[in-house]
Amino acid sequence: MAEVLLFNALRAAIDEEMAHDPTVMVMGEDVGHYGGSYKVTKGLCKKYGDFRVLDTPIAENSFTGMAVGAAMTGLKPIIEGMNMGFLLLAFNQIANNAMLRYTSGGNFSVPIVVRGPGGVGKQLGAEHSQRLEAYFQAVPGLKIVACSTPYNAKGLLKSAIRDPNPVLFFEHVLLYNLKEEIPDGEYYLPLDKAEVVRPGKDVTILTYSRMRHHVLQAVKPLVEQGFDPEVIDLLSLKPFDLETIGASIKKTHRVLIVEECMKTAGIGAELIASISENFFDELDGPVVRLSSQDIPTPYNGALENLTIVQPAQIVAMVQQMVAQKV
Amino acid sequence: MVQERILPKLSIPPVQISREDGLKVYEDMVLGRTFEDKCAEMYYRGRMFGFVHLYNGQEAVSSGVIRAMRSDDYVCSTYRDHVHALSAGVPPRQVMAELFGKATGCSKGRGGSMHLFSSEHNLLGGFAFVAEGIPVALGAAFQSKYRRVALGDDTADQVTACFFGDGASNNGQFFECLNMAALWKLPILFVVENNKWAIGMAHDRATSHPEIYRKASAFGMVGVEVDGMDVMAVRAVAQEAVARARAGEGPTLIEALTYRFRGHSLADPDELRPKDEKENWFSRDPIKGFEAYLIEQNLAKTEELKDIQRKIQATVDEAVEFAEQSPDPDPSELYRYIFTEEGDR
Ligand SMILES: Cc1ncc(C[n+]2csc(CCOP(=O)(O)OP(=O)(O)O)c2C)c(N)n1
Ligand SMILES: [Mg+2]
Repeated sequence: MAEVLLFNALRAAIDEEMAHDPTVMVMGEDVGHYGGSYKVTKGLCKKYGDFRVLDTPIAENSFTGMAVGAAMTGLKPIIEGMNMGFLLLAFNQIANNAMLRYTSGGNFSVPIVVRGPGGVGKQLGAEHSQRLEAYFQAVPGLKIVACSTPYNAKGLLKSAIRDPNPVLFFEHVLLYNLKEEIPDGEYYLPLDKAEVVRPGKDVTILTYSRMRHHVLQAVKPLVEQGFDPEVIDLLSLKPFDLETIGASIKKTHRVLIVEECMKTAGIGAELIASISENFFDELDGPVVRLSSQDIPTPYNGALENLTIVQPAQIVAMVQQMVAQKV
Repeated sequence: MVQERILPKLSIPPVQISREDGLKVYEDMVLGRTFEDKCAEMYYRGRMFGFVHLYNGQEAVSSGVIRAMRSDDYVCSTYRDHVHALSAGVPPRQVMAELFGKATGCSKGRGGSMHLFSSEHNLLGGFAFVAEGIPVALGAAFQSKYRRVALGDDTADQVTACFFGDGASNNGQFFECLNMAALWKLPILFVVENNKWAIGMAHDRATSHPEIYRKASAFGMVGVEVDGMDVMAVRAVAQEAVARARAGEGPTLIEALTYRFRGHSLADPDELRPKDEKENWFSRDPIKGFEAYLIEQNLAKTEELKDIQRKIQATVDEAVEFAEQSPDPDPSELYRYIFTEEGDR
């Protein structure tokens, strides 16, 4: 076990997979000589050369399509979105060609990983605070993953690279410097399994990415006050791990969703639909959502804090939900 | 009278073609034409649906380029893709079955007219969004170069031909990909089929500089214009571009001046294009032109060409019969092919 920063865990994942398989390569803006805007690919181009760690021009839609074509013909490209928001320009290639395996009747597979920093940072302004996971979740043929700790970042990214399907892999701008002890050797985590972060019996809290850490901050005082919440990090945003989610709901009968995407048509919206389709009879009350406000993320720090969910809101909501239970 | 661009003279020496190759190219062109005529018939008889874009009139481009390539080279197309697929070697029955939506179609009935794919024939698609296939083709070309440079595989000299229209040449993906192809010297042919129209938008009304091949120069790339109704001219230009790409000397932009003999799709009444313009181009039918060439060069006799036409008609009729008799996709397989399954490539 060694203590590792999250961005280094991601780099180790890429490095190990590139060493195993010469068809694995990285492409994106400033991934090579500059080492990536969050230093995830630092040093890799020295080790593997400019062609396997390819600095591309600023042409998101076209280099994403290029990755699709390369993947169809046998390579395994990892695309770095310098910021995941920039992939709005690649929506065409991602949304149309994630489904290419189906449209082609199985003629071609598209083993690409599209990864990079998402989420709301610290006063980066609206355009750099997009949460595309919600926009992309309707795309058939796509798997969507959100990592949240150095441990799961490495294990999930390694699995995403090995997966023969297109995977959208969300990191979070504010989590790159998280530190954690992770195993020294190689390991893989399943792409479709949620993680029970804290078992409990009062209420199921479903969350992902940075909000996992806001939830854990809230759990501390809640536990001191005698509450016993169960915390589940979804990890897989598409498909949802309904087995783990269902098992928890059967125990707690209450669900609180804490998400960083906007409320309208967000991840939580789809989650609520899935829960009511599958576990309605298990619920003692309506599923509650704490989401970001439906506004462009404001620059001002105080307004930005009001836009995303804060630990105090989670504490208050759990208190309210569990109080109703008695 | 509509003002037409002056036909380009071939800037390189004309190529010779053997009798055998000449007849193969001719057969390919006739197959393209006969197949598309049959599609129109089947569409109006309610056997195929959706948007169906026929290639009539442009045959010299597909046959001239693809038949100058190797079978392990890659081809990438648009929604007007039937004939590119046929030139690339996808059996007519598989293409027809796909248009009928059958399980035996090259895309297993999941794709349709605008989404023809065949991994066996290195046909990368079939892309229905204008210009969407250009980056994908670039990726296949990148892959060839990657194998050579990063994996040290000297046999990886495959070339990719990427077909698209004049309308697509105003899209950002066109310029972005020209830049990357030239930057990394990728083995790719960008083949613009300038048929003067993007549905109802005349090329001259859509672009600040109508000579598309000249846009290559902004990227330091070779750009050539060619008479897209003359298959031998297209073949000559393609052979040179393929040789350049295979030798690692980078991409070529080929602008083929051509014309579609039918409406944009079978749903288009084709009322906008001027009558004299149409008649002018109809008189330059690339198949008739090539027939005259073959006879003039003593490479074939009229009767032989008639035999080929009859043979192809039988092939296309057989393709329809095959498509008619093929089963629909199994409804229990509605979800098949979304994700790779155990044992898939
Ligand atoms: C992104 C996108 N926008 C619009 C369309 C609708 N559309 C289909 S074909 C076409 C014209 C394209 O013309 P051109 O590139 O010259 O090709 P041609 O049809 O002449 O072969 C348009 C606008 C589309 N398919 N995709
Ligand atoms: Mg056109």
